[in-house]
Amino acid sequence: MAKEKIKVLIAKPGLDGHDRGAKVIARGLIEAGMEVVYTGLRNTPEDIVRAAIQEDVDVIGMSILSGAHNHLFKSVMELLKKENFEDVLVIAGGIIPEEDHEYLTELGIDGIFTPGTPIQKIVDFIEERAK
Amino acid sequence: MQSLQEMIEGIKAGEEKHIARAISLIENDRDKGFALLKELYGSAEISYLVGITGPPGSGKSTLTDKIVLHWRKQGLKVAIIAIDPTSQFSGGALLGDRIRMDNVAADKGVFIRSMGTRGTLGGLNPAIYDTVLLLSYAGYDYILIETVGVGQNEVDIVDLADTTLVVTVPEAGDDIQTFKAGLMEVGDIFVLNKSDRPSVIKMELTLEQMVRLTHKEGEKWTIPIVKTTATENKGIAELVEKINDHKEYLQNDGQLKENRHEVMRRQLINLMEERVLAKIIKPIENSEHFSEKLKAIRDLSEDPYTAAEELLKNRLPE
Repeated sequence: MAKEKIKVLIAKPGLDGHDRGAKVIARGLIEAGMEVVYTGLRNTPEDIVRAAIQEDVDVIGMSILSGAHNHLFKSVMELLKKENFEDVLVIAGGIIPEEDHEYLTELGIDGIFTPGTPIQKIVDFIEERAK
Repeated sequence: MQSLQEMIEGIKAGEEKHIARAISLIENDRDKGFALLKELYGSAEISYLVGITGPPGSGKSTLTDKIVLHWRKQGLKVAIIAIDPTSQFSGGALLGDRIRMDNVAADKGVFIRSMGTRGTLGGLNPAIYDTVLLLSYAGYDYILIETVGVGQNEVDIVDLADTTLVVTVPEAGDDIQTFKAGLMEVGDIFVLNKSDRPSVIKMELTLEQMVRLTHKEGEKWTIPIVKTTATENKGIAELVEKINDHKEYLQNDGQLKENRHEVMRRQLINLMEERVLAKIIKPIENSEHFSEKLKAIRDLSEDPYTAAEELLKNRLPE
């Protein structure tokens, strides 16, 4: 049996329409042999958490470029807690200033990957930490 | 991790988290999944299964969204299995059908699960039918399987369905010949989507001709052609009506039982094949003996026919 397949949800919470980064990440993860559920633009935190539960993903990856990351990630993390679905790796990407990293880590975000991160680094991070 | 009993209770109560986790077991940890299904087997009727297939971009996901919305208005609970192809090269898959199902994604009466085809050795993902059973026991009235109609795997998947919708678009007129032999043969209903486009008349004629040509003497069901514009919710009520007609036809004719019996027969064979593959062939594949034989075949000192016989020696009756 090959190693267990890793399933990842890639989502764009909030209102910004910049999904190229999310798509590039999705592509990279697929090439690394993962199954990627892509939910498209403008997801609410509720959409994201419900999709993560139904799809029973190992990883949630969210991309935000609008600046609303602190607010939206907080909602997602609270909902995950409320739904008792916390055994999932949560990673974030997009335009996230250094000064917010500490706050997001405290919320429970496991990894933050800003522009310029090599995809292999994200693949390695997921393969090491998921499951 | 929940206990088996806890999961079974959860599934019967329709709790999404338990259902979702159970599908993961069915996909990834087959023996545990089987343990669950053994307990659940027969606890409810198998739900009515609608397959929807067609070329990429023909509007399957949007149609699914609209059909499900229609069923929801009738108070029915619906599960969607959205299947996308797994890459033969990386084993990865982009599961992107949820994007177009945003009308029903937030509805508590709808459960959506995306799956990769994951075909092992060219076969179809055996987890799909098991998932259908599981969702039936979780209390969904209808199960809709959506898949891209490009190859044999997809035709096999749709073969499981009680009613199969084949979706096509006006622009597909020129290559109608190419999918005649495969896709069009599995359809119980043809859906001509994007029918607001000008070339719709030509395509409708082509389809009508084909239905007439392929209709066999004495066959009670004539494949209807339903024109839809899914994005504008046009033709959906008629389509749902045709699905009901087909369901009624199958039930009255005793066909439903017969078809499902055939699906069961194939499923039983698939399950046996899966066991033989896992318990006999896989261990041989991983053995030293297999590598030696492979090398001998490459070096032309042995032929693959003798090698296959020898590798299976003492494992199979003579």
